[in-house]
Amino acid sequence: MFDRRLIKYFDWGLMALTILIGMVGLGILYSALTAGNDSGVVHILFKKQMIWMCTGFVVMMIILMIDYRDLDKINLFIYALCIALLISVILFGKIGGGSRRWLLIGFVRIQPSELMKIALIISLASVYSTSISQAGLNFRKLIKPAVLCVIPFVLIVNQPDLGTGLLLLLIAGSITLFVKVERKVLYTVSGICIAAAPLLWYGLKPYQKSRILTFLNPDRDPLGAGYHIIQSKIAIGSGMLTGKGFLKGTQNALSFLPEHHTDFILSVLAEEWGIMGCSALLFLYLIFLFWGLNIAYNCRNMFGSILAFGITTMIFWQIFINIGMVMGLMPVVGVPLPLVSYGGSSVITNMVGFGILLNISMRNFSSN
Amino acid sequence: MTEFSKNQERDWIKQRFIGVSVCILFVFALLFLRLVYLQIIKGEEFRLLSEKNAVRLKSIKSSRGLIFDRNKKLLVDNRPSFNLKIVLEDAGEVKETLKKLAQLIDIPFDELMDSISQVENSTVYKPILLKNDISRNQLAIVEAHKFDLPGIHIDIEPTRYYIHKKTAAHLLGYLGQINSKELKTGKYPNVKSGDSIGRYGIEKQFETYLQGKRGGRQVEVDVSGRIIKVLKTVKPVAGLDLNLTLDLDLQQTAEKLLENKAGSVVAIDPDNGDILVLASNPSFDQNDFIGGISQKKWEALMSDPGKPMVNKAIQAEYPPASTYKVITSFAAIEEKHINIDNTEYCPGFLKYGNRTYRCWYKHGHGDMNIIEGIAQSCDVFFYRAGIKVGVDKLAQYAMGSGLGKKTGISLENEKKGLIPTSIWKKKRYKEQWQGGETLSVAIGQSYNLVTPLQMAVLIAAVGNGGTLFRPRIVRTIKDGYGVLVKKIEPEITGGLPASKETLKIVRKGLLKAVQGQRGTAKKIRLENIEIAGKTGTAQVYSIKKNDKRKTEEMKYSLRDHAWFVCYAPADNPVIAIAVLVEHGEHGSSGAAPIAGALIEEYIKGSLSKKTLPE
Repeated sequence: MFDRRLIKYFDWGLMALTILIGMVGLGILYSALTAGNDSGVVHILFKKQMIWMCTGFVVMMIILMIDYRDLDKINLFIYALCIALLISVILFGKIGGGSRRWLLIGFVRIQPSELMKIALIISLASVYSTSISQAGLNFRKLIKPAVLCVIPFVLIVNQPDLGTGLLLLLIAGSITLFVKVERKVLYTVSGICIAAAPLLWYGLKPYQKSRILTFLNPDRDPLGAGYHIIQSKIAIGSGMLTGKGFLKGTQNALSFLPEHHTDFILSVLAEEWGIMGCSALLFLYLIFLFWGLNIAYNCRNMFGSILAFGITTMIFWQIFINIGMVMGLMPVVGVPLPLVSYGGSSVITNMVGFGILLNISMRNFSSN
Repeated sequence: MTEFSKNQERDWIKQRFIGVSVCILFVFALLFLRLVYLQIIKGEEFRLLSEKNAVRLKSIKSSRGLIFDRNKKLLVDNRPSFNLKIVLEDAGEVKETLKKLAQLIDIPFDELMDSISQVENSTVYKPILLKNDISRNQLAIVEAHKFDLPGIHIDIEPTRYYIHKKTAAHLLGYLGQINSKELKTGKYPNVKSGDSIGRYGIEKQFETYLQGKRGGRQVEVDVSGRIIKVLKTVKPVAGLDLNLTLDLDLQQTAEKLLENKAGSVVAIDPDNGDILVLASNPSFDQNDFIGGISQKKWEALMSDPGKPMVNKAIQAEYPPASTYKVITSFAAIEEKHINIDNTEYCPGFLKYGNRTYRCWYKHGHGDMNIIEGIAQSCDVFFYRAGIKVGVDKLAQYAMGSGLGKKTGISLENEKKGLIPTSIWKKKRYKEQWQGGETLSVAIGQSYNLVTPLQMAVLIAAVGNGGTLFRPRIVRTIKDGYGVLVKKIEPEITGGLPASKETLKIVRKGLLKAVQGQRGTAKKIRLENIEIAGKTGTAQVYSIKKNDKRKTEEMKYSLRDHAWFVCYAPADNPVIAIAVLVEHGEHGSSGAAPIAGALIEEYIKGSLSKKTLPE
């Protein structure tokens, strides 16, 4: 039976916020794709992104229909499905940008590593919701979560997509620290990591080392990543206080900026709207994150609480890494800006995340 | 399901959420401060840089690998070329600037405009090549007027230089600009539009090794595009050097001997299949192809009746003529149809069916055994041998000797020739094989076709005791510091279908062809060096019985092709040669002297200079 309270408790605020950020994102994308193009034709990628957003919205609605508590029961099934998708990428994946990340299902290209993030969060929430304690987790209780993380990590890093792999670890690590581990465990794990790093380093092949060094320090690659960062910094800086105006960004128009409609899209906003525009977007994101934390905090169900926290963390890391990268604070990783960067997989994944948040929020009325 | 009940646990959870909130606030504050730094504190500076689009990448062309001969003599080099370029963004009024430039350096304005409009997906800040390789005078003029020519600059870039004009042109090949289709294939990750890639010969086959890796500079430029500051540099990586098996001196001698003739010379080291000479005449100047060959020159090359663009050593197929008697001998001896003691009488002709097949020596050779048959190239002797062996067995021996299939040289478009069989004729002409045709096949005059390279590989194998090698042209590939990257080992592709005894008999015949009193090539005898060889005269047009015209009176294009295949010294050869001169008439006079001169130079030369280590 449909519970009327679901409508009564529906989180209209979060919904509005999601739509607002989505609209802002489309505006920036429009500029990124249109500036310097006199023909006045709406770019095909813009239309595609609209379609993705709508699709994402529908997916979000579908997710609202399922009680999130059911996810707890089928968490391993979802996890296994995503792992199977990751393996099929290795077997039949499409190569794009030198790595195998895409899977073609019908006409739709999907990136299973994106969906894996959600699946892992659900599984971890499920495991931790029973093992959480004020004393913190001990080694024995961490074995299962560790296995859950390592399998997708290895598969994704081998695509090779180091960025997404590390993002996965960051999300998992954040959730684990949030539910608390024993102090002894924390120290030992950190110790082992520090000790193992040099050993691992010597085991790498020269080109792998070079790739990691460039990842950490883009200046090593002045014709590639290093150049992108410089152009991005120029674009952002040149926006100054109020920006050059909508569709007036020159760096963007002259295609000095690589990937300006995907990973580097923030520099388009920064150039055209200045620090005003950037602060506004940061503020919207900040409200969103606190909204997510609030849902997690208020959830009476431990699984839902950790799940909401995990989703919020996922959004947080994407924002932080993307903006940090574009401003030259972080390594150059292919992490998109949620709801702003062009890209179907990213839009869908984030929408699924928001759907789960709304789902938890609206089912939080005191029943029984 | 764990439900919260206790206040204490609620407090604990609350604390954790407060901790997380503080972290998020801290991170956002950090991001905001970075925005303040970039957009407010450094904003002015970045705004300026953005307005001029001042930070750019300048690509640095890498130099292509060099090509050396077997004695470390340089064959293909790079030289600096002054390339005139324009950056549209900096040029202001592009048409005005180009008009000024056209006047100054005397290049038609239209030509300059064309080079701009031809560029696909041009971007305003990327340099566009206006003119390749301008002269020093033009360079001086452009430099002197550089302040009147905004956006115009000259890049000094390495360009290919073929030191010895026309030498080994077919083997070395040439370069051509890459087109947009090839760029899209993704096979050339290091090549940009406007770059050249190998289009022919070794330049094409070894493209991946010869091609270097581009470098680049991050530079800051002023309003008219001149570099103010170099921010970062990535050095280009030069391509790898090739060390060939070719002998430059011998190649040049061969080409000189072929002067004013159409044909080819192939010389091989019988011990390993190394190509010492691969000459094809007429040739072309590879330097003409750099930066695009002019329409006029290209048309001239294409309309030349001597077909200079064809590598005649591997792409032209000729009837092997009497050189094929080597194959017929293998088959006849191995199949036990003749042995060393058999003699046949040659009256100057052989009646077969209702036709008369003539020997080239119309007075008749008299009694012939196999050795004299080879030495004097008696047609009647081999007609008889051929009848006994049959066309299909002959074909089997020819295929076994490497004819009718590619030798596997690392060059493109090698032809495989043709070895006829009765099945082949049925398929091709829907006709039965005629017995008389076997007679022609036995002396190499029927449908048979071979390339000079195939004959060289074959005769080298006869010389070395029966081993067929894949012809090798590149011995080693090294980087600019001389470090070995790849070594290409000699490769055995098979053995001749002839026993030691058989080979011994054939070799004796070949030796007598040059060293014997009645040998067909006795005129090329050398002092101290014994040569073993076989002449051949391939009919282009069969002369009617009553045609008494002398060959000098015949049209050039109807004259016979001259063949000579040989190796020397006869007992332990160091060189094997195949010569083909188109319309050279007689093997003995048209082709053999070329081989003789090469052998003399090579063997005397190698006595004075030591063979170099790998």
